[in-house]
Amino acid sequence: MTAVIMIYALLGVGLVASLLKSRARTAKAFKVAGKALLKSAPSLLTVLGIVGLTLGILTPETITRLVGAEAGFTATIIASVIGAITLIPSLVAFPLAGSLLRSGATVMTISAFVTTLVMVGVVTAPMEVKELGKRFALLRNALSLIAALVIAGIMGVLL
Amino acid sequence: MSTVKKFAAPIVLLFVFAGLAIWLPDAAARSASVTWGYFKEMALIMPPVFILMGLLEVWVPKDKIQKWLGSGSGLKGAGIALALGTLPTGPLYVAFPMTATLIRKGASFFNMTIFLGAWAALKIPQLMVETKFLGISFTLVRFSLTLMALLLIGFVMEKVLRRYPDKAWIESGEKQAVLERLAQNTK
Repeated sequence: MTAVIMIYALLGVGLVASLLKSRARTAKAFKVAGKALLKSAPSLLTVLGIVGLTLGILTPETITRLVGAEAGFTATIIASVIGAITLIPSLVAFPLAGSLLRSGATVMTISAFVTTLVMVGVVTAPMEVKELGKRFALLRNALSLIAALVIAGIMGVLL
Repeated sequence: MSTVKKFAAPIVLLFVFAGLAIWLPDAAARSASVTWGYFKEMALIMPPVFILMGLLEVWVPKDKIQKWLGSGSGLKGAGIALALGTLPTGPLYVAFPMTATLIRKGASFFNMTIFLGAWAALKIPQLMVETKFLGISFTLVRFSLTLMALLLIGFVMEKVLRRYPDKAWIESGEKQAVLERLAQNTK
């Protein structure tokens, strides 16, 4: 909600300033925006559908079953795969991670889950590719996955 | 034909939903309600974001972005990217079109990797939730390690993408040049 308010506040200030300076340029900004939005619509819809599907199938209960069933290394791998694929809102993800930790999952598993969750986005990849190119998206996600696993390893040792 | 091709992925997803509705009606219902929830959020957030990007495209000159976030912006540029990323401004998919606009305006890949990474992993409201459920030491250690990782990833991406630029960027770069000439004329 804060995000929505913030974005609309920014938009309001920007629009007023822009309109005061030049109506023609403001109209052009709308044209640029409309074109970009139309161009992004298919990938937006795709991301939407995939996010819905993954969250509908991988419920917190299912994730708990998958991660909680195995202790140790297998659990860490499963956790990072789930984290890399899904896009779970932080208000759902962190309570889930907390309850997994309390019910016996290792710190390494939990940090693998959290770090891949926030850094690697397979479900948002169609949009990332559309906006930023295949090379950028692939490189960023692959490097982030490696980094997330290393971070999980270090955290497992440290904490 | 091209419209069908453009919407191929959403159409395939529609069939997946239909299949799911037959085999796993519970999961299908949950998926549909999650999708609907996200759709409402996107419908609320995406139009203003795109208009803001349009305003940025029209008003902020390229050399300013280059100076603030370009390859020569150094520590200050990285700091700006980090600060912009950690602001409470919504989900990651909002950041992709913003990043695209900024790169077209001359921001470096290094700074944009930090921006995206901070947006995804180091957001202030998210860190507060994390501290509450996973503890302060977990959050602090993950924060510092992630920040270090982002600097490394950004460095690699800058090197690789400078040497092998994406074809899409060259094309949009030209489009940008055309747009700018148009903007000059309307002045």
